[in-house]
Formats: sequence, C-alpha cells, structure tokens
Amino acid sequence: MAEPLARAAGPRFASQLRGWFERHLQTLVASLGRLVRAPFGTALTIGVIGIALALPACLELVVENARALSGGWANALDLTVYLKPHLPERDATQLAERIGARGDVASARLVTAAEGLAEFRRWSGLGAALDALTENPLPAAVVVRPRVAAQSGDPAAVGALADALRTLPGVDQVQLDTDWVRRFAAILDALGRALAVVALLLGLAVLLVVGNTIRLDIDARRAEIEVIKLVGGSDGFVRRPFLYGGFWYGLGGGGVGWLLVESFVLTLAGPIARVAAAYGSQFAIAGPGVATSALLVGGGAALGWIGAFISATRHLRAIEPGVEP
Amino acid sequence: MILFQGVAKRYPSGREALADLSLEVAQGEMVFLTGHSGAGKSTALKLVALIERPTRGRILVAGQNLAAIGRRGIPAYRRQIGMVFQDHKLLHDRPIWDNVALPLVIQGTPHRELDKRVRAALDQVGLLGRERSFPIELSTGEQQRVGIARAVVGKPPILIADEPTGNLDPELALEVMRLFRRFNEVGVTVVIASHDLHLIEQIGVRRIALAAGRLAGAAHG
Repeated sequence: MAEPLARAAGPRFASQLRGWFERHLQTLVASLGRLVRAPFGTALTIGVIGIALALPACLELVVENARALSGGWANALDLTVYLKPHLPERDATQLAERIGARGDVASARLVTAAEGLAEFRRWSGLGAALDALTENPLPAAVVVRPRVAAQSGDPAAVGALADALRTLPGVDQVQLDTDWVRRFAAILDALGRALAVVALLLGLAVLLVVGNTIRLDIDARRAEIEVIKLVGGSDGFVRRPFLYGGFWYGLGGGGVGWLLVESFVLTLAGPIARVAAAYGSQFAIAGPGVATSALLVGGGAALGWIGAFISATRHLRAIEPGVEP
Repeated sequence: MILFQGVAKRYPSGREALADLSLEVAQGEMVFLTGHSGAGKSTALKLVALIERPTRGRILVAGQNLAAIGRRGIPAYRRQIGMVFQDHKLLHDRPIWDNVALPLVIQGTPHRELDKRVRAALDQVGLLGRERSFPIELSTGEQQRVGIARAVVGKPPILIADEPTGNLDPELALEVMRLFRRFNEVGVTVVIASHDLHLIEQIGVRRIALAAGRLAGAAHG
C-alpha cells in the first residue's frame, strides 16, 4: 500500500493508468474465457441475440433495396405529352422544340402520328386490323424526360412539370405515371416506420436476453461474489466481469447477426439477379454496407453492455455476505 | 484499536446474539473471544467486519465509528481488515495464486508487484510452490493457511478469524494459531473467536469470554 505512494506524481499517474488498463484488459480476457468454457450456453445466448439483431437488419435491407429500385424507376420516368389530333407536323415540331428548351426538361422527342402507328403495329401484332383503318387514329406525342426527376427523383416536381405542359397550346393531355411510384414510396415509408418499431422491440429483447443471462450468471457465482465482497471488493469491481460478459454476448450476437444478414443477401442475390435479368434490369441486391455492419456489431455490443449493467446493478446489490449467522 | 460500547445485536429472526457487550482490544494486541456456541463470538466479529450492523451501541475500529460508514464505504473499510473463516471461503475454480492475489487485485496493485507479494504471503504460511494448485488439491489445514495468506497479503492492520481451527486436528490447529501469533508479533492486531480452550491456553494471550451475548469475565491466560 505504501509502495505506490512513494513514487513521483507523474509516473504514478501513468502507472495507475496502466494498472487500470491492465485490470480491465485482464477482466475482458477472463470474462471471454469464462464464456468460451461454457460453449453451449454461450452459443444459445449469442444465437438468440444474433437472430434478434438480424431480423430488423434484413428488413432494413429489403426496404433500402426496394427504395433504390423505385428510385431507379423514377429516374427513368418519362412523361408522354399527347398533342391535339391533326396538329400540323410543323407545329408539332415547334412545340417539341419549345418543350425541349425548358430548364426542367432533359430531353423531348417528337413521335409523329405515323411513327406512333408504326411502333404500335410492331408491338401490338394487330397489323392486319390496323391496315383496315382509313386514317391514323393516333395523335402525335412528345416523350419528355424531366430533368428534375433525373436529379432528385422527386415525384412532386414531375407533377409540377406535367401541370405546366398541360397549359401549352396544342397539348391535348399529359400522361403521368408517377402515381403508383408515389404509392410505392408511401408503402416503403410505412414499412420503414414499422421497421423502426420492430427494431426497437428486438433491441429491447436483446437487453432482456442479456439481462436474464447475466442474472443467471450472477446466481451461479453467488459464493464467489460473497467472497469478493468480504475481502473488500467494491460494487464496481464485482460488477465489472459481468459487464464485460454482457459486452461479449452482445458483440458475438452482433457478429452472428451480421453473418445471418450476409447469408440472407447471398441467398437472395441469385434469384433477384434472375428476376432483374428477366425484366432487362441491371439491378442487384446491395448487402449491408460498412456503416450498417458496424452498427449491427457495435450496437449489439452496446446493447449487451447496457443489458448487463442494468441486470448486474440490480442483482448484485442483493448479494451481501452472511445475512443470518 | 477495536472498541465495543454497550453493543446489542438482535437478528431479524428475533434471536438476540449480543445483549450488552463492551470490550476493548488495544493496537497490536492479540485476543481470543471464547464462549460456548451461541455466546455471540461470531456475531461480534461480523460486526467488526461490517457484515452485520448492531441494533444498539457503538463500535469504533481504528478510530472510525462504524455507524458512520455507509454501504459505499464498506469495501474500502474491509480492505483494512484481514478475515479468516472456518470454512476458508476460497474460490475453488481458481488456483491458489489467484485466491491469494484477490485482495491485491481489488486494491489495484500493479501487476508486476502481485507475484512478489503473493509469493511472500504464501511463504509466510509455508505454502510457497503451491501457487498453481487448486484448493481441492490441498488438505484442510493447507486450505486454511491459503485463507490466512489471503487475509494478510494486503498487510491489513487488523486480522480477525472465526473458529479458524474448527476443522483441524489439534496439531494442525496449534500450528495455525502459532501462525497468527507470528503476525501479531509484527504488529498486527489479531482477534480470534474460538471455543477450543485447551488450544488457547497453549498460545497464552488475553481471553475475552462471552456468555449469552455479554462479557462473562476477562482473564489473562
């Protein structure tokens, strides 16, 4: 006891800090060793935590990928501006040029009535029936790719452009296919909200799982805790190994959760690529990024620590040596 | 060093372990608390260790009024007191070295000093070389000596022991008592609760006899 006091203040602080670090490191390793020596129980706890963490992470991945996918659709979203029937081709060309010159329009392509019919003939397979027509029933159209949508994917901006185009002379109607994209986005938002609730509940579940495991741990080590308290161990000292135990449970659970999410992505990548290919899309499912992975593992460790803290603080108080002779 | 003034202790079960006990143990003194089972010896030691609180009366240890020590102050207080138990209270899943080092680890002794001091304490109880053994591999007498090494490794000014020889045969018991005497000789205040009058006579220090939670009469042995 007198030995550390004899040293100079500076090195003493450094040595105290080193001692503190040493003790924590030692407890950290010792608590890991304790978990490794009980592999079955540890695996159960870590597995439960891993699943609880993987569920919201997988859902989040689904929502994020769907959002990326619908964002891609919004980018490619074109407006079709149908011109009044029998509008002279010269007027139609001028109108298309005028639309193309707008700041919020990336490109405007005129599809004449004849081109429209030819295209329709090609896609519809109604060649013979169309030949029976004496005149072309299709109006000329301008296919407009909005600039705003290409930049922000904001459906409201596209709606405003459509309204503006509708007022132009010579325009019959503007067909805007953003409605379902908007609905899809709203569904995704609702899913995102549900996801937050699910994540909150499962986070709570992790706290409870770790808390309960630590409580059982404390019960099993009651005699040891009593002895440590008898020889002068403070509440903090007695609690420390349990906090690190919770940390390891959470970290392990986070790692297992990450593995589950990765295997979820790997399992789905093939089928989704085939679906995308069938639709002529380049879309590929995105796995959890570095940030999400770090959140999963770090969040797991933090939840484990907090769960252990709550449980240990509560239960260790009740253990006092020798209540009755 | 240890002062009891009109101390009474009634357990929640209603049993009155101490009725009205006043006693004093001087610094550097060694005393035996004697008396029949149930006379209040263990309770008196538990009060000193703050394992129990008195129902009435005042206890001073090393100048501190124990009533003034709150829950949070107990660990720091207990580090000044080495405790030896009849059932040793060793941690059976850890080797001897870890058991003896425990009070030092709690105090935050730097790692490089630990081994030196643990070995010194084990040397004092004659168990140097058994650091890597587990408690179960040791005889009862050896386990008790590990308990004593753990109690003295932190160099506490006070050593208390509750029936430390209760499970030992007479020869080993005398050896353990002489060990306590040696610590007392280097200045440690030692209080031992024991009912083994024959053994106590062989050590020859002050006896405080308790009966029904009171002083039965002090005698110099």
